This record gives sequence, structure tokens and C-alpha cells, in this order.
Amino acid sequence: MKHLIAALCLTFLALPAWAEVEIDEITSPQGITAWLVEEHEIPFTALELRFRGGMSLDPADKRGAVYLMTGLLEEGAGDMDAREYARALESVAASVGYDANDDYVSISARFLTENRDEAVALLRQAIHDPRFDPQAIERVRAQVLSGLASDLKNPNAIASNTFSQMAFGDHPYGSDGKGSIESVGALTRDDLLAAHDAVFARDRLYVGAVGDIDAEELGKLVDDLLADLPATGAPMPPPAEVRIDGGTTVVEFDTPQSVAVFGQQGMARDDPDFFAAYILNQILGGGSFESRLMQEVREKRGLTYGVYTYLAPRDLAALYMGGVASANDRIAQAVTVIRDEWAKMAENGVTQDELDKAKTYLTGAYPLRFDGNAPIADIMVGMQMEGLPIDYIATRNDMINAVTLDEVNRVAAELLHPENLHFVVVGKPEGLQDAVTQ
Amino acid sequence: MLRAFASFAATIALTQMVHAADTGSEAVSSFELDNGMQVVVIEDHRAPVVQQMVWYRAGSADEPPGSSGVAHFLEHLLFKATDTMAAGEFSATVAANGGQDNAFTSYDYTAYFQRVAADRLNLMMQMEADRMVNLRLTEDVIAPERNVILEERNQRTGNNPRALFNEQMSAVQYYNSRYGSPVIGWRHEMEALELDDALGFYRTYYAPNNAILVVAGDVDPAAVRDMAQQTYGAIPANADLPPRERAQEPPQRAARRLTFSDARVAQPSVSRSYLAPERDSGAQDKAAALTLLAEILGGGTTSVLAEKLQFDETVAVYTGAFYNGTTLDDTSFDLVVIPAEGVSLEQAETALDKALADFIETGVDPEQLDRIKLQMRAAQIYARDNVNGLANRYGSALAVGLSIDDVQDWPDIVQAVTGEDIIAAARAVLRPEASVTGWLMREPEVSQ
Repeated sequence: MKHLIAALCLTFLALPAWAEVEIDEITSPQGITAWLVEEHEIPFTALELRFRGGMSLDPADKRGAVYLMTGLLEEGAGDMDAREYARALESVAASVGYDANDDYVSISARFLTENRDEAVALLRQAIHDPRFDPQAIERVRAQVLSGLASDLKNPNAIASNTFSQMAFGDHPYGSDGKGSIESVGALTRDDLLAAHDAVFARDRLYVGAVGDIDAEELGKLVDDLLADLPATGAPMPPPAEVRIDGGTTVVEFDTPQSVAVFGQQGMARDDPDFFAAYILNQILGGGSFESRLMQEVREKRGLTYGVYTYLAPRDLAALYMGGVASANDRIAQAVTVIRDEWAKMAENGVTQDELDKAKTYLTGAYPLRFDGNAPIADIMVGMQMEGLPIDYIATRNDMINAVTLDEVNRVAAELLHPENLHFVVVGKPEGLQDAVTQ
Repeated sequence: MLRAFASFAATIALTQMVHAADTGSEAVSSFELDNGMQVVVIEDHRAPVVQQMVWYRAGSADEPPGSSGVAHFLEHLLFKATDTMAAGEFSATVAANGGQDNAFTSYDYTAYFQRVAADRLNLMMQMEADRMVNLRLTEDVIAPERNVILEERNQRTGNNPRALFNEQMSAVQYYNSRYGSPVIGWRHEMEALELDDALGFYRTYYAPNNAILVVAGDVDPAAVRDMAQQTYGAIPANADLPPRERAQEPPQRAARRLTFSDARVAQPSVSRSYLAPERDSGAQDKAAALTLLAEILGGGTTSVLAEKLQFDETVAVYTGAFYNGTTLDDTSFDLVVIPAEGVSLEQAETALDKALADFIETGVDPEQLDRIKLQMRAAQIYARDNVNGLANRYGSALAVGLSIDDVQDWPDIVQAVTGEDIIAAARAVLRPEASVTGWLMREPEVSQ
């Protein structure tokens, strides 16, 4: 043991050399802002585009329109049908991923330097000129409906959809952005065109690029790709009120292991206490083996394979969420332990030792995120959407280190509301006191 | 079978169709310690970060009969006490150094890894070498950890009818090979796992001459060699390491069928598997042809099955083909069809068989093959952006008996495959009399 202690003391002194991620902000000739990290070692570029609003832009009676529209972008564009388009993309060995969530639609592309222009031209067609051919609509609609049918029998999906509905009601956050079997079945081609107009506009666009490209080339690329987009899209939905209260809701489902989702009001990303809450979460249930919940629920009692919590500061509301899964005859005990830990944390806060360890972990783990061109592009666009400064990466660990014990414990008392912590349990749980069965 | 919240290696194997390795472009060096431990160093100096992985040539297919799940159970227990470290101290120390750690188990290997700032590598090596031989398991950790793996089985398999079905498919595909038992174990055998089972597996297989060290990231190979010699190099080889001779699958001479019903099934589907050869050192041609065959048949919008079952006709909402040749023993070639609304499983199966027969008759579209090969060449460039992926590629290959040369030759072998080779592989493997067909259903249906 001695040699290990010695090594530990030494390493604590030398914090990891900072991963140098040098971001440049560029403005294209036509006025589009993009963040760029030049990295010429490998001859390709990762490009990340995001359009704020996402699935929350659906009109109430058109739920699932943005999701289905996003799924159809690569299913034929310009004069190419779905298969011709796919072959063309394969012929330049580029890859493009399209995704939609509650807050944005994202396009994640990577293309080789040797045929960048051809790849970008194909991407441009998908963004500007998707065909929404009737056959393609029906094919992708069937895939979406298939996924929705699966969700209706998936305890994890049932739990999270039930929680969202209880937390947000009629707000877009209150329902699955993929839509329902009924709403997706009723979507028309015109609905998809409207969703396309709602999403793709310059007033909600964020751009990040990492790789074998310089500022001038990127400026030209983003102009080619994006300058012709309309100036504005659909108005953003209003903020959502978190309406969920304390208690336990059971959704009966015949399966051996109960799945629980739990949560309460969270904290906005721009709240001055956000870092204190972030550290607090790391100590309570932040996913590592050292968290209190992992120690109490898994390591000491063997009640679960995993238990975790996370801050979910979304654009229009903030939640503090968690999840656990235990056999039907053990979930009640897991819920009790989590509720107890929640209350204990609210009342007593964390120790100096826990705070120090969490800081060391968080500051040390931060550079591990920057492990490739695509992850860095993704992080840069996230920073822009959150309104963070371009030098944030260099200052972030200092902000973590500046959080004091008093701050964390004040935030623990203010943020954690054991009486408002709601559990949705899907399964056939035994012995859950006072649960309401839905 | 990761220790926490990540995908199950055996499942990943089904989705990783492309194994295009880099040639020359990545900086890879390798050497062997005196005690027989193989070391691979992959340099990537773009960020001051390193990943250490130790791969043991021991997985669930090496378990004694009746003790399914013990390889994975031991993987969990390796995070408990050693002579010098308390239970949980390993991960706590990694975390205290700002690092992340985890482990995973598959049929042919068990691997442990840490990602950490490059200047902490020596400490990681000290700790990993420590638990290679100094584990001190006690009875009190067995019961709670056994409950954890039972909950893990609930989460991955018990709560997922498709996973239960896939487990049955494997059990029917492999009559004699241990690939027929799930990596996580059969529940009744997991419930009976004791301290002695775990220790027996540990003492038999955890030794430097049965391990591969892969270090990837911002490191200097000479420095890695020094550190490895001081840590792992101090551990004597296990002279009693048993030869890796496992029960082999006999030739399949009769088609096999199964049906599985579960009220929780939302999307019925047809699965098909065939016994298939794996990559062998110095003889990877057949595996290369099968790798391309899986891409041609099931690699997305432009694939043969998508074309025939999703575009020309609306038989399916999803089709897929999977082949993972990085295994020690005979592996399987798998196909899946999720029928479209109103299409029965029988109709979907008939359409699948017709599509396969037509494909073998017609041959490979040379333009499609060219596009796939181009994408695989590009994948070699993209792969350099993911040094952890490269570490996995080398580690898994070496753990199943391939060499570094095999890994580096692989892309050229794939590029040299012809359309005729692929059809020959299809004829050899996709034989109706040597097939397993499974129907995943909502409720028992009257078949035929």
C-alpha cells in the first residue's frame, strides 16, 4: 500500500495538463457565425449544425411532425430519390446523422477533405430541397409507428413518458416528440413541409466545425450550405411550468423488474448556482461508483445494477431527474433508500472530503470529453446554444474549483425537495406504500 | 457485460459489421514482457489523455460447465479488495485522479480499462497489476454483488423479450459450443455462484501470460515499456495455464426452428442464423468475404434486403444482416426482418429466403461492392479520430488469437475480396439445411 499512497500524493499535486482546444469564432462573408477548431492531422472534418426549437415546435395537433420530417431529410433530395441519394452519399464516403429532440434538430456530418465539395453539395440538397416523396413518407412513417408501438411496451419509455406528462401536461415537453400512433398516422406531406419551414432558419442556427479545414474554407462552406435559409422560422414555445408534486405513481406492467424514473424541479443552466448544483449532483447520484446513491443502493444492498441522477436544464424548463431498476419485490426498498438519501442530503449537505473528491473527479474528467473531432464539434455547438463564452473551456475547471462547501450545502437545502420528489414506477412492484396506480 | 450502464459486448458484436482496420496510418508498436504478457501501444498525441486496457483471454465460453456467468461475476468482483486496497478503492482512486474506469465481459475475453490524464498512467498500471494476482475476496461481498448481477440480468434480459429470444436463438444455434450460453449466465446458475467459483476462474486465468495490455493515447512507447516492466513484469507467469481447447460445434445437418411468445413483444420479427467461420490468424479471407456479405445484404438503404423487402415490395419495416468474425471459435451470420403492418412472419420469412436465393443467383452488383469498399477505406481515416476504438480493435483481435499483422492486414484483405468470393461465401454459409429460424411473437400463433 505504501507505494500507492506515495504515488497518489504526487499525482494530486500535478493536475492534468489542459487539453488545448483552441476555438476560433469565424463570421462567413454572408454573416453566419461558426466556431472552428483547426486540426489538420487527419484529412476529414466533423461539422455539427443545430437548429433551436426542435420537436417542441410541433403544433399541438401535429405532434411528431418535426421528428418525421427530420427522418425524411436523407430519403431523397433534389432530383434523387431515396436510394439514389443514399448511393450518392456512399460514393463520397461521407456520413450524416440527423436527429431531433425537445430543444433542437441536429445534423452531424463528417466528410473527407478529398471530396468535401461533393459531400457538402449533397448535404445542401438534403437541408434545402428534401423531396418528401409519398413512398418515402409512408416507409419512414411505418418505421416511426413501429418504434412507437415498441415504446408502448417498453417499461423505460412508459416511465419517462408518464413522468413527462405529469410534469408538463399540455406543454410540448409533456408528450413524446415522436408523436403518438394517432398523430403520426394523420400527418400529411403539407405538415412535413410546414415543419421544415418551422425548423430551418438562420435565426436559430448554431455551427461548429473541427478538422482539416481553415477559416476561409469554412466560411465559404457555411455560406454555400446555409446562407440561403430563410431569416426566421416558427416562434419558440413558451417556458414550461414544472407541475409534478411528491408521491409515487405506479403503472402496472407485467415484467420481472420494476423501472423507476424520479424527479423534481431542477436548476437552469444560467443560474449562478449551477456549478454548485452540478457538484452536488455528482456526489448524490452523478453516475460514478462513488456517488451516495450507488454506494447505498447498489454497493451496500445489491438492490440494483445502476442508479443515477442528473440535472436536466432544458431550454424551456429545468428538472432534476434520476432512474433506478430493481426486481418487483425489491423496488420498494430502493425507493425508500433514495428518498432517505434525498432528505439527508437536503438537511445535512455534503462533507468537505466529498466536495474535494468531486472537484478532483470533475476537473480531471473534463478533458476526457474532448477525444475526437466529432465530440469537440458537438461540445462547441452546445456551448453556443447555452450562451457560454468562447473561452469557457479554459475557465470551466476554475469555476468548479471556486465552489465552496457553504455554497454546495446552501444549494442542497434550496434545490432538493424530498416532499416534492415524485417516483413513477413501471412494473408489478410490491410493498410501495401510498402509491397511486395509474 | 459492462460493469455499469453501457451496452453489452455480445450485443455490440451484432451491430458492428465493419472492422476495417487502419494500415500504417496509426502509430502502433508492440512488444512482449519476459513473463509472456503482450503489450500494444497506440500513440495519439492530440490530447494529454490515455486509455489503459488489460484484456484476459478468458470469457464466458471458457467457464466450467454449470457455472455460466462466473467470468462476468468475477469481473464485478475485481473491484473489491486486494491485499493492499479496500473494496471500492480501485474505482475511488481512479475517480480521485479525474479518471473513469469500467470493465466488460464477452464470450472470448474479459477486459478492464481506465481513461485518465496521461501523467497518471503509472498509477493505473500499478493498480491493474495489483488486482491481476492479489485479489482477496471475502464472503461478505459475494451476496450483494450476486444480487447486482441478477438485477443486471433482469435489466438486460428479463425485462426485454427480444433479449430473451436472442438468448434462445443462441442456445439453439450452438449445441456444443459454449457460445450457446449467455455471457451473463443462466439465472439458476448465477444464483448458485459462490466465492470458490469466482476464485477458481481467477486463479486459472488471471495471469500475465494470459493477458494483453493495450495503452492508447498521449504516451511514449519506451516509457510504457519501462512502466509495464516494473508493474506487470514483476508478476510471474502462470506455468499451469491450461491450453485454450474448447468444445467445438459439429457441422449442422438439420434446419432448426423455434418460436418465442411474450405479451410484451410490440414488433414481431423473424431471425435467422447460420454457423459461420471466424477470422483465423493468417486465414481471414472467408471472414472478409462474410463481412462484406453482411454489408451487401443488410447495410442500410442501399442494401439488397432493403431493396427487395423495403423498396421493391413493402414486406418489412426493417431488415438487417450481422456478422462478427472476431471470435475464437465458429461464429454466426445473422439476419433479421421486422415485417410491415399486415405481413405475417411466414410471409416475411418466405420473402427473406427468396431474396437470399435471388441474390446468390444474380451475383454481387459491382457498383455496390465498390461503394462499400470505398466506405471501408474512408473508415480507416475516420477510425484514427477514435483511439479508444483502435484500442478495442487490437485488444479484441489479440484476445481471440489473431496477431497484430492480422489486424493490420485486414483492410487489404477486405479490399481484395471479389464478388465471386462473396457469392461463394454466401453459398457455403447461407444453406437452408444448416439454418436456425426463430419467430418472435406477441402470442402463440397457428403457424403454417
